[in-house]
Amino acid sequence: MAISEVTVRDAELLAIDEINAAGGVLGKKLEPVVEDGASDWPTFAEKATKLIAQDKVATVFGGWTSASRKAMLPVFEKRKALLWYPVQYEGLESSPYIFYTGATTNQQIVPGLDYLKEKGKKKLFLVGSDYVFPRTANKIIKAYAAANGMEVLGEEYTPLGHTEYSTLVNKITEAKPDAVFNTLNGDSNVAFFKQLKSAGVSAEQMPVMSVSVAEEEVKGIGVDNVAGQLVAWNYYQTTDTPANQKFVAAFKAKYGADKVTSDPMEAGYNAVYLWAEAAKKAGSTDVEAVKKAAGGVSLDRPEGKVTIDGDNQHVYKTARIGVVQPDGQIKEVWNSGEPIKPDPYLKTYSWAGGLV
Amino acid sequence: MTAVEAPAEAPPVVRREPRRWQGPAAFAAVALLALVVAPLLLEPFRLGLLAKYLCYAIVALGIGLAWGQGGMLTLGQGVFFGLGGYAMGMYLKLHDAGGDLPDFMVWSGVEKLPALWTPFGNPVFALAMAVVVPVVVALLLGALVFRQRVRGAYFAILTQALAAALVILLVGQQGLTGGTNGLTNFFDFFGQDLAADETQRGLYLTVAVVLGVLYLGARQLVRSRFGRLLLAVRDGEDRVRFLGYNPATVKTLTFAVSAGMAGIAGALFVPVVGIISPALLGVVPSLELVVGVAVGGRFALAGALLGAVVMGYARTYFSEELPAAWLYLQGALFVLVMTLAPRGIAGLAAGLVRRRREAGT
Repeated sequence: MAISEVTVRDAELLAIDEINAAGGVLGKKLEPVVEDGASDWPTFAEKATKLIAQDKVATVFGGWTSASRKAMLPVFEKRKALLWYPVQYEGLESSPYIFYTGATTNQQIVPGLDYLKEKGKKKLFLVGSDYVFPRTANKIIKAYAAANGMEVLGEEYTPLGHTEYSTLVNKITEAKPDAVFNTLNGDSNVAFFKQLKSAGVSAEQMPVMSVSVAEEEVKGIGVDNVAGQLVAWNYYQTTDTPANQKFVAAFKAKYGADKVTSDPMEAGYNAVYLWAEAAKKAGSTDVEAVKKAAGGVSLDRPEGKVTIDGDNQHVYKTARIGVVQPDGQIKEVWNSGEPIKPDPYLKTYSWAGGLV
Repeated sequence: MTAVEAPAEAPPVVRREPRRWQGPAAFAAVALLALVVAPLLLEPFRLGLLAKYLCYAIVALGIGLAWGQGGMLTLGQGVFFGLGGYAMGMYLKLHDAGGDLPDFMVWSGVEKLPALWTPFGNPVFALAMAVVVPVVVALLLGALVFRQRVRGAYFAILTQALAAALVILLVGQQGLTGGTNGLTNFFDFFGQDLAADETQRGLYLTVAVVLGVLYLGARQLVRSRFGRLLLAVRDGEDRVRFLGYNPATVKTLTFAVSAGMAGIAGALFVPVVGIISPALLGVVPSLELVVGVAVGGRFALAGALLGAVVMGYARTYFSEELPAAWLYLQGALFVLVMTLAPRGIAGLAAGLVRRRREAGT
């Protein structure tokens, strides 16, 4: 399991502990079975099959990359089992056997673009890892830019795990965009931000808006390299809600005072609570009953109010733009005011007409 | 001679089996185990995993032929496996889409079915291509490389680069290939529901039978005049050339056969596992296959086969029991086998049998 995935698992185990301490679900204690997908898509499918067929679990929480979810999707659909997927993703999907507790594009990327537009950033440069999420995200960004009088100066992809960015940084500095939209994954961010900084590009001159850099990744990148840069999520460790104070305190108490919480962790943590609530409402852990009961389930979570949309099985989420602080935390500078209705196919956005 | 070419410890060629009934008896016992006992004892999920290991064993058989018998260390067998797998995957995808565009093309913004895809709607064409494309690629590569007398480490590096290049190509062409996601989400396999246990059992039996047939074929090949020539090329390529044979032809043909086997394995793998993606055919999986063959014993076809199954099983077992340690254990196993038993498990077993026979008679 990659480091980011371990933290999501820890958050989910914390939720299970808390629910058990409060009496469990329908009078039963939850018992977790943990499997490792080893960052290998077929292994995700194999382990999902094992959990369903052999361990006969009530539901599964997990998945990280979009490819891991795509590999598991047929397993859950064929076996009519439930998956709760906790990561922001590229949208354009709505499986009847998956609940998506991370953001879809209109709850993260579109608000990120709105923010850049509001700040008068007209020329963008797109940087991403070479896989489905960045490629699809950039398609959406280009459609948005075309409809909003913005210009995309360049679009570059590097292989997953790539760490040599001096050429790319040169291309960016030559193109002189107003802002960079970054969909790089994992370790590549470390190299990218380091080399961007050593090229003397500051966040004031040319901000980078990242959609895969959260508190956990800031630690890895080194806060000196990324301080002042923009990120788009639905939750930060600093988000000021009573539920979040409790979540952060409980997480630190269980796993250590130096641990941070982040958006995917919170989405995983929420997923367990949302499932438990739906199961209570259904009076059963039966998959079809839970699915039916889940629509409209609404809870006050660390990120604020989240509500399951029964039609597409995504959740209403508040979009939040943040700036990385010198202490490694992220300070919110803008939010959408209220939870945004999930729209995985961007049907309500006229500029996205040609995409799906 | 470089280190990666067949080293001198290759076992002497045994001209006549000491006890003629032993080989067929062992084969019959394994066949009985695989075709009757395993389907009865294993639950469907585990049987599906065994079918996956047997797919890898088919690739391993090809590696055993090319590397163990022919001295061609191929580190890019994933390429041929992938070509076979994608051919099958394309057919299944089109079949499921039923005239519409496959799902990943829709979200990749492709509006019309690419011309490359159109003929793969025909199952016969797709199945044929699963073998023909790998064989043709191997023939072309072999003709170019072996005639130039590229061998040993250079050949190994070349095949590895090919695997890396194919991954980059597949990932970059998301609209055509599904990108990193690969092709997945198949429902129907020639009218059978892929999720049904019955279908999976049928697939397992198919894989087992194909493996058995290919094994017998490979064994015949090794024992034929061609097989002797192949061994001779491995152990003394220049001498074979001076005797008037063309080693390049022998090597190219063998390489093509091993590629064809990998293609068949890939085509079977897709309905069994339900996905084909660049992650399955890159450098690392290609290396893992070679490691499996080395552990099992590359000089014996059965050893190569056994190695693939053992490594596949070990991977599942350790990743369920000790997920964090799996890669270290795999590495340790390889180092251990290579230092203690360079001819692998098969070499170890053959040594034991020989010693007992010598002591007994």
